[in-house]
Amino acid sequence: MNANFWIIQAFNGVSYGALLFLVGSGLSLIFGVMRIVNLSHGSYFLLGGYVALTVIWTTGSWVLAIPVAALTIALVGLLMERLFLRSEGLEYLRNAIIALGLAVLIGLAIERWRPIIVDGWAQFIVVVGIITVGLYFLLRRISVVAIEADPLRQVLLTVGFAFLFQQAALDIWTGNNFDINPPEALTQSVVVSGIFFPLYRVFMITTALTIGVILWLVMEKTRMGAAVRATVDDAQMARGVGVDTSRISMFIFALGAFLAALGGVIGGAFLGIYPGLDFEILPLAFAVVIIGGMGSLGGAAIGALLVGLADNFGKALFPEVSYFTLYAPMALILAIKPTGLFGRE
Amino acid sequence: MLKSQKIKIMIVAAALVAIAVIVPNTNSFVILLVTRALAFSILVMSLDILLGYTGLASLGQAAYLGVGAYATAILATKYNFGLGWDFWLVIVFGILFSAALAAVFGLLAIRATGVYFLMITLALGQCVWGLAYRWNSLTGGDNGINLRGRPKFGIDLANDVTFFYVVFGFFAVSLLLMYVLVRSPFGRSLSGIRERELRMQILGYNTWLHKYIAFIIAGGFGGLSGVLWAHTAGIVSPENVVLTTSVDALLMAVLGGAGTLVGGVIGTFIVIALREYLSTLVPWWQYVLGAVYVLTILYLPSGLMGIPERIRQRRNALGKPDDPKKLATAPS
Repeated sequence: MNANFWIIQAFNGVSYGALLFLVGSGLSLIFGVMRIVNLSHGSYFLLGGYVALTVIWTTGSWVLAIPVAALTIALVGLLMERLFLRSEGLEYLRNAIIALGLAVLIGLAIERWRPIIVDGWAQFIVVVGIITVGLYFLLRRISVVAIEADPLRQVLLTVGFAFLFQQAALDIWTGNNFDINPPEALTQSVVVSGIFFPLYRVFMITTALTIGVILWLVMEKTRMGAAVRATVDDAQMARGVGVDTSRISMFIFALGAFLAALGGVIGGAFLGIYPGLDFEILPLAFAVVIIGGMGSLGGAAIGALLVGLADNFGKALFPEVSYFTLYAPMALILAIKPTGLFGRE
Repeated sequence: MLKSQKIKIMIVAAALVAIAVIVPNTNSFVILLVTRALAFSILVMSLDILLGYTGLASLGQAAYLGVGAYATAILATKYNFGLGWDFWLVIVFGILFSAALAAVFGLLAIRATGVYFLMITLALGQCVWGLAYRWNSLTGGDNGINLRGRPKFGIDLANDVTFFYVVFGFFAVSLLLMYVLVRSPFGRSLSGIRERELRMQILGYNTWLHKYIAFIIAGGFGGLSGVLWAHTAGIVSPENVVLTTSVDALLMAVLGGAGTLVGGVIGTFIVIALREYLSTLVPWWQYVLGAVYVLTILYLPSGLMGIPERIRQRRNALGKPDDPKKLATAPS
């Protein structure tokens, strides 16, 4: 183990940390603003990668894939937040979506077990339509549990969505492993004093830095950012002084999904895109959030760097306990300071 | 004891007898499925002690199942231990190991509340997963450990029906023990902590110690569940301690109705049926699982077990229009 080993591992750790920053910063902001443990955050990462693949397959443009994927998933996150986690005022739309979803499932079941009733698309649509209307009026009569004050129910709801996303991804993009191939220019390496540095990893670090700086500027220098920070510190007080916290949490949820999807597109080039990646990246994102402190951007940056380095050196130096060395400090930090190293009380 | 309470106990007892009589006469697939569900429901009931009776939502309960299961598998494959009469010792070890782990984890976790308790138990569960996944020399890493056979001591547990009866026995005893626990003064004070911890503190209860002991007991039952699970499935892998297993356990408890013990069992049967049976029938089964999650969360404040009560309340509310809020304020 010479100096080269350390330099390469550190470089890999930092670039992995850059990726984790993209996933973790969004999760951290979501937690800070809404106090929601979002277990579908890994799905945003994975779905971002998949959408990017589709864009690349259809247009051939990797550059275009990044914004399209990130914005698409941001929209998914926004809908999820507005319709399900906080459906105030849009209950009818939520009920309609649930009714439609259930009706499709029932339709599929009828097709599977009583194919006489449903054969062909026309019948399927008619049957589903009828069931949807029936269910919609049924659902309107059932009161919904107020999940805003119940972290457990919020967690389970996001898990439910993670499963739905998983199956949807499986249906749309099959269960194969894919790679996102970045443009030729980024696949080369730069050589500095005999050590190869893949240009792509340099690109990852630059992207994360740029995003980090932009986020920091928005949070610290704009009115919107000030409102977000106020909401993180004390949502009730922020509402009291006229901050539209409902809009803030919508915005932050979309932003979090946007960042996670961005991470998925960029990380897809060296992690690959495959089913199960969502729940692999999720605990790492949580490690970032917890070590860094929930709701703190700077904390997320430091947390991501630490987790990236710990993960890389852990795997290289003591592979057998490498994940343990990652999660045990996370538990300890939580036990000692629940808000994380840099979180505000 | 209230009359309605007696009726409920009778219903549960009748259901248990029905399971014990009917299941062995069905086909081998159903027997295996029910055995799995029974083994896993011990874990879910142990989680219910935390979630439903103490108000602690643990996102890392699979860790205790994992410790019990890995202990069983490692003892059996590496030391050839636990395949005869010493199976009973393995049961004891599994419970003790998991309880010991819970004792350590509890020291870190119990102080936290609400969403922070979720997070710290998630982290602790991931620690166990990390070891299971990576510690190849001990745990077999990603591939897990295949058990070569079930114990044999006078009776041969390799026979699925015999094994079903053994698991059923453990399940019934666990249910009884946990029922006695939650009905005991100790269990009553746990419920008090769930309702209002501060008040219990003011009344002079050491709430930390109560929660800590509940946490350890739940861990112990989790270990028992793990030992049985290992022999049911015949393989122990990181899949058993992964985050989604813990989340599934939570959903099962909430789906059936937290704070009812029996509800968790019903939830377990439903989710296991979805995961292991429906998945063999249709490729889109995971939509159903996701839908069960979403519907449970949005529409079942007190789980399936709470539905009769909700209907009754609704009828009363319809009869007395002066109290329209009754439905909305059903306890979660």
